[in-house]
Amino acid sequence: MEKTRQVFLSGDEALAQGAYEAGLKVACSYPGTPATEILEYLAQFPEVDTQWSVNEKVAFEVALASAIAGLRSLYSSKHVGLNVAMDPLMTSAYTGVNAGFVAVTADDPGLHSSQNEQDNRLLAKIAKVPLLEPASPREAYEYIKIAFQISEDFDIPVLVRLTTRVAHTKENVTLGTRTEVDQKSFKVDIQKYVMVPGNAYKKHVALEKKLIQLQELSERSPLNRMELNDPALGIICDSVAYLYAKENFPNASYLKLGFTYPFPENKIREFAGKVRELVVIEELEPFIEEEVARLGLKAKAKHPSFRVGELRPEYIPDLIAQKEKTDQPAVTRQPVLCPGCSHQPVFSVLKKLGLTVTGDIGCYTLGALAPLSSLHTCLCMGSGITFFEGFKKALSQNVVGVIGDSTFVHTGIPGLINLAYNRTKGVIIILDNGTTAMTGSQNHPATGLTVKKEPTRKLSLESICASCGADNVDVISSYKVKELEELVAKRLAEDALTVIITRATCQIVLKREKRTNG
Amino acid sequence: MADQETINILFCGTGGQGILTAAEICGWAAMLDGYHVKKSEVHGMAQRGGSVESHLRFGTAVYSPLIPKGEVDYLVAFETGENSRLKNFLKPGGQEMFNELEKAVNKIEDKRYINTYIIGLLSAKLKINEASWLQAIELVFHNKHAEENKKIFLFARKQGGEL
Repeated sequence: MEKTRQVFLSGDEALAQGAYEAGLKVACSYPGTPATEILEYLAQFPEVDTQWSVNEKVAFEVALASAIAGLRSLYSSKHVGLNVAMDPLMTSAYTGVNAGFVAVTADDPGLHSSQNEQDNRLLAKIAKVPLLEPASPREAYEYIKIAFQISEDFDIPVLVRLTTRVAHTKENVTLGTRTEVDQKSFKVDIQKYVMVPGNAYKKHVALEKKLIQLQELSERSPLNRMELNDPALGIICDSVAYLYAKENFPNASYLKLGFTYPFPENKIREFAGKVRELVVIEELEPFIEEEVARLGLKAKAKHPSFRVGELRPEYIPDLIAQKEKTDQPAVTRQPVLCPGCSHQPVFSVLKKLGLTVTGDIGCYTLGALAPLSSLHTCLCMGSGITFFEGFKKALSQNVVGVIGDSTFVHTGIPGLINLAYNRTKGVIIILDNGTTAMTGSQNHPATGLTVKKEPTRKLSLESICASCGADNVDVISSYKVKELEELVAKRLAEDALTVIITRATCQIVLKREKRTNG
Repeated sequence: MADQETINILFCGTGGQGILTAAEICGWAAMLDGYHVKKSEVHGMAQRGGSVESHLRFGTAVYSPLIPKGEVDYLVAFETGENSRLKNFLKPGGQEMFNELEKAVNKIEDKRYINTYIIGLLSAKLKINEASWLQAIELVFHNKHAEENKKIFLFARKQGGEL
């Protein structure tokens, strides 16, 4: 019978399953690799109110407020998504949460599908919230339950950090059943929930006290586990670094950290006293390394060259030997726009017109690759429009900004308002393929469907662009190359702010629809 | 079950070749057979023609989700460039499946079933019961085309056994 309850789940799915079993009521997210599947998995449960939010800031606030009002809630995003939600994150440690609230960040060491490889462990320290780091799907399933308990016990948001190799690894996980958790009552408490300076000062004092208690919890937590084997080599590590180290040195002694912040200082000291040589093994930033050094302990740590890129199991001996990294990322086959992709003809027009193109994040970022080479900047979500404004200040003509439909809704709208308000003229192109394509075709406000694929109020891109202050809003099929070329040329010559919406459904969505309809 | 040394299979190719499906079937089959399984891959670029790798490991207890370089038992490549790129992940005596894939192309009519065929060949080399394989195929294909896939699988498994 036990076998039937065992399933093959990814870290994202296992975390979502654990959250569901922990009585989760509300979950909010914006798609982003490698975190997308957390919300997609939760969307199957009628007991959980799930949503693709407009962006991560909105997602974080809706989920946090649901918790403050009394319901166990979850926020999830990729690492850079949490940047967008930094504003609410930073003060949420002051207000506290009432019902349990967990924020999940899925980091991407190795930049498999991201614009940077920032290490969000550091954010726990900045935001002053506890940090849990599962190393595998099984741990993700267990840790998320503990995270909700800590959040409720200490009235604080808990940050759970996955990485690509946790989120997108599948493992056998034994399922349990859902425990319903009663809604907590919300009591008006202006000193707690209205963060004006006087109240916030007192909450900061209270937070510092809370962190001392949380350190005591971290000291005795089974998530920070000592495995005493051969005392010759003692390894302090977290997340997948632990698994890679075990693979290489099965007989060494370990202090495996799963509750990494607040740092279990005494446990570290105790472990250091039990081994002859102390080594820190971790991916990306020297997060544990610096804390161990702060304690005045002598420990070997990786050469700084290993702070770049993801770890691999075969790197571990070199890490311990403190050698410089020599391995370079493999030259692999690059992704390309799909055959028949609607972005292709638009970029061919922009190339023909010899335009400088400020770009954004989505499949269309692939327009930067040769032979198209017709997307010239890409920094972060929404920057296709704001970069256009900056570029226009220095380069008067021949600049256009491009942004996808989902990205436009995410953070493009304020940029467009800014253009109109500050009297910037020129052409913005919304590459509207009717989906959040790069992350696997998720719905967003302009598709008219929710995460559960239920119909909802559909955002009209034409109307909102006009309301933002565009002088002209043109809609044209992405495949009408000649007409598009004439239109872009005409609008560029005018002293007006124009949004051109190039519209055609994503090829992957079309293919999927065809398959489903037989 | 007695302690079983970890078996490492590296699936690779380019987006759209059915690599992830092949690895998924293998992962489920090993799990249903009672092994501890880890399968690691990177999503996001697969549908856009980029390189795709899936690391599958099973045994009594598996630590690393990635197969360490030099420890691959079976390299299942669906594309010649990827096969060359990842050859150095094989352990001494590890097997490449690429030649068998090339032969398979001539043996089956519907090329969509090539990944199932390769899984059939591979299955003959692994200590996983046939019932677990068939159940895995049903689970992964959600009964859609499951019968056809099982037929191809069993045909290939028989051939694999005769090799």
